[in-house]
Amino acid sequence: MAKITFITRDQQAITLEASSGSVMELAVQNSVSGIDGDCGGVCSCATCHVHVAPKDVSKIGAPSEIEQDMLELDDNANEYSRLCCQMEISEELDGIVLNVAH
Amino acid sequence: MKPSDHLDPFQQARTEQGVSKIDDQNDPVNMVLRLKDVRKCAHNWKTYSSEATPGRIVVPSEVNIRDTRQIPFEVDPPKHSAFRELLDPWFKRPLQDKYRDKLRKQISTLIDDVNQQDSIEAIYNFSLLLQSRALTVLMNTPESEAETFISWGTHVFRSEDDPLDAAKAQQLYDYIDQKIDEAEANPSDDLFSTLLAAEVDGERLAREQIKGIIILTFAGGRDTVINMVTNTLAYLADHPESLQRLRDEPEIHTRAIEELIRYFSPLTHMGRVATEDAQVCEHAVKADSRISLCWASANRDETVFENPNEVVLDRKLNPHVAFGFGHHNCLGATHARTIMHILIEQLVSKVDHIDFINAEENIEQWGDSKRKVGYHKLHLTFNAR
Repeated sequence: MAKITFITRDQQAITLEASSGSVMELAVQNSVSGIDGDCGGVCSCATCHVHVAPKDVSKIGAPSEIEQDMLELDDNANEYSRLCCQMEISEELDGIVLNVAH
Repeated sequence: MKPSDHLDPFQQARTEQGVSKIDDQNDPVNMVLRLKDVRKCAHNWKTYSSEATPGRIVVPSEVNIRDTRQIPFEVDPPKHSAFRELLDPWFKRPLQDKYRDKLRKQISTLIDDVNQQDSIEAIYNFSLLLQSRALTVLMNTPESEAETFISWGTHVFRSEDDPLDAAKAQQLYDYIDQKIDEAEANPSDDLFSTLLAAEVDGERLAREQIKGIIILTFAGGRDTVINMVTNTLAYLADHPESLQRLRDEPEIHTRAIEELIRYFSPLTHMGRVATEDAQVCEHAVKADSRISLCWASANRDETVFENPNEVVLDRKLNPHVAFGFGHHNCLGATHARTIMHILIEQLVSKVDHIDFINAEENIEQWGDSKRKVGYHKLHLTFNAR
């Protein structure tokens, strides 16, 4: 199991637990505000944009080129940006904190 | 080549030039063909505006048949954002169970019906009916209204022999005027009444603005949805192994739907008007000239998609732009995706296989490029499970 904390734009912290699936699916199933996942997780819509807490960047790694190209044109993007549909849940992610970008 | 294939007519121009210049009623258009360029131009609304003369960003241009500005489609930020904030909740209703149940009932009844017929012409006996009935759910009007929409045929601005038919467009405008009058006299919980009661930036919407929103709702989701549904049926008839796979692997439905939408790209492109002299991949774009964002070409960009001309049902990374890109992305996308989900779910449960009898393709002509966007006629036989 991995515990993942989302912090929404209005500073609400929501901690959720899961052992598989994508981080986007976990957020959508639990109605985390600002994570829509319109395209269902194929990296086409950028509605699951999060800023990874700096302490957790090494656990999650860098985005692929395709994901990076999507983020490049997002006005809220910064060096901690990821699309959370591209993050698979595993034990490795236990304890991470994600700030919802929109 | 199989009869349900859709070839990519833009490949050579995309790889060699990156743009393709076409004429349209003496108002030429530079079609932007590469995915990254399409995204950049879509993002850059200050240089590539949607807020031109109403109808001008559509290709072929609708300036001669329409004066009403479509909203939020022909509005730039920041005004655009205020309209999207108002409309997004209404257009996200397809995520609600009650909405999906209504659509499921419509689509399930339609499939039961065509399952019993020897053969059907899929556009007039299936897709047009599905789209028209589903539109009543989107607008929250009585399902009986669909009979009127069906009588208009497949496109709200085009007739069989005229791609821009002013008389046909007038029919829609008259209908909308009548419905706004009715909603003023007897408010209900449909889209017309909801817009009459709505405010943007503290002000009620003008009648012309309400018309602009409703015309977009009708025009944006008409032949796009019809082509998406028809092309999906043709593909599944031509690929019985795919229908079987979708039956066996429900977990791939979401990816399969995004992939079919990428492959078909029901809207070929959408225009913008340059507000200043600019450049797209080293080609000059003059101020007040038009470019188009060619979603159909971008979705076959070989520098991004592996095997771009194949339908890969479980394609995992699929950064397509079939619903546009950026702040003007398709307002009706949730409705369209929900239709596709329920259509696939109902087909795999009720239909064993579909026979492809024959078809007459609908080919668009863009300069020298011919693009298959769908069918004029498609004859199929549904075989019930």
